[in-house]
Amino acid sequence: MPEPLLALEKITFAYPAADPVLDALDFTFSPGQRIGLFGPNGSGKTTLLHVMMGLARPQSGVVRYKGREAQTERDFREVRLGIGMLLQNADDQIIYPTVLDDVAFGPLNRGLAPDAARELAERTLTLLGLDGFADRLAHRLSGGEKKLVSLAGVLAMEPEALLLDEPTGGLDPETRERLVAILGQLAKPMIIISHDWDFLAHVTDTYYSIEQGRLVRDPDFVLHRHVHGHPLGDRHHHHH
Amino acid sequence: MIDELLARGVSPIHALDARCRLAACLLLSLPAALAQGLAAPLGILGLGLLLTLLSRPPLGVVLRRTAAINVFVAFLWLFVPAATPGAPVWTFHGLTVSREGLDLALLTTVKANAVFFCVLSLLATIPAPALGRAMTALGVPAKFSFLFVFTYRYLHVIAEEYGRLVVAARLRGFAPASNGRTYRTYAALLAMVLVRAYDRSQRVYQAMLLRGFHGRFPSLDRFRASWPDRVFLCLMALAAALAAYGDWISRSGHA
Ligand SMILES: Nc1ncnc2c1ncn2[C@@H]1O[C@H](COP(=O)(O)OP(=O)(O)OP(=O)(O)O)[C@@H](O)[C@H]1O
Ligand SMILES: [Mg+2]
Repeated sequence: MPEPLLALEKITFAYPAADPVLDALDFTFSPGQRIGLFGPNGSGKTTLLHVMMGLARPQSGVVRYKGREAQTERDFREVRLGIGMLLQNADDQIIYPTVLDDVAFGPLNRGLAPDAARELAERTLTLLGLDGFADRLAHRLSGGEKKLVSLAGVLAMEPEALLLDEPTGGLDPETRERLVAILGQLAKPMIIISHDWDFLAHVTDTYYSIEQGRLVRDPDFVLHRHVHGHPLGDRHHHHH
Repeated sequence: MIDELLARGVSPIHALDARCRLAACLLLSLPAALAQGLAAPLGILGLGLLLTLLSRPPLGVVLRRTAAINVFVAFLWLFVPAATPGAPVWTFHGLTVSREGLDLALLTTVKANAVFFCVLSLLATIPAPALGRAMTALGVPAKFSFLFVFTYRYLHVIAEEYGRLVVAARLRGFAPASNGRTYRTYAALLAMVLVRAYDRSQRVYQAMLLRGFHGRFPSLDRFRASWPDRVFLCLMALAAALAAYGDWISRSGHA
């Protein structure tokens, strides 16, 4: 087993004046892993990713990045340069009015020269089938287009690993297929939160859900690598 | 909702580099605003009109905006001529209109319109994102131009959000009338927009951190000034200098 990229040890996290969302949770995320994370609304999936990236600080427990404990903002800055995260809501993530500027934001923060950053941004847009979007205005994009542009912003950082919070929200079937193909091609470890079982079955191979603040590995899920033609197709279910 | 009606045209002005347009606008506005004689602002007004013509704006937009600015100017004509002491020209119900007052009102009118047409032709033709970059390129602190660009981006998001809330209210049978319930509903919608905007600001900041933001605002500098840009800027600088010099000459001539 290679050294884990990220490890969470006994993480407890609660929002102010609320019961803990994560309760003494343990977890490791290693190179080569493709993890699907599912579970009911409000079970703490987004919170878990936020703790990994240092956006939410746990009341107790340890976050390790490549074996080293991450505590300060500076430690987490290193985590964020190594691991890219896509937020649930694309409007939060697209901060520039024009698409190219936005996609180039991450590469520029990483210290790339403007020309190199632009070139990388353009290449990433092409990869996502967004040719010709460079000068489009963010507020004139459709919901699905925004999602793809925000994903381009994350991929353009060329992270070692990806955390994606509901990447298929608002995508039409065709675009969703393209996303399956793109993520399939990327040889990067990833954690994907999704309620779209079929999507998870195509791009990930290990499945977890959160129950009572703990991660539960779900062996039942393995059964589902077939195309669904029946009413339960996009919901978690068992075959008898 | 927040449309830049003039920014997306096609014209010789639009073809110019945004930095040159911004710089030219500043260069021309200064002598127009600071002049003491009428000649310099008049000259710049003429130039501004010419530039506006060259930028091929939709006539309706120009007329509407010109009217808007001159409504303010009209208020000046109501008060300034009578309120400025000087040689009386005309007395009316105890109010004395002075020559100096009339001159001052006229000067202000010409100045306001001169600056207005420069802004209309040179500044309003720049899309907001490019204006943000042009400001950075001309040495405005990156923090400030980023704030400008950011405001532009999220003004749209917040306006959309408000639109969605209003639609949601309508779908559930809300019909605006002029009664207390309507005002209370609008107040609640606005409060909701503010709360959401605050929440959003925190999420946006998190998104920026996720993409490696560390307090510095990078820019994809995309400016390539070609020779027409340089020639244009030189001509405008020359015109501005001429106006300033002419005004200075006429002032020292009086003294
Ligand atoms: N900023 C916040 N302040 C207070 N409570 C919060 C905040 N964000 C989330 N919560 C609460 O924490 C719990 C977990 O939220 P989280 O967003 O992690 O759920 P999730 O599994 O991602 O849900 P979904 O599938 O709906 O996205 C929920 O009960 C939620 O109400
Ligand atoms: Mg969530």
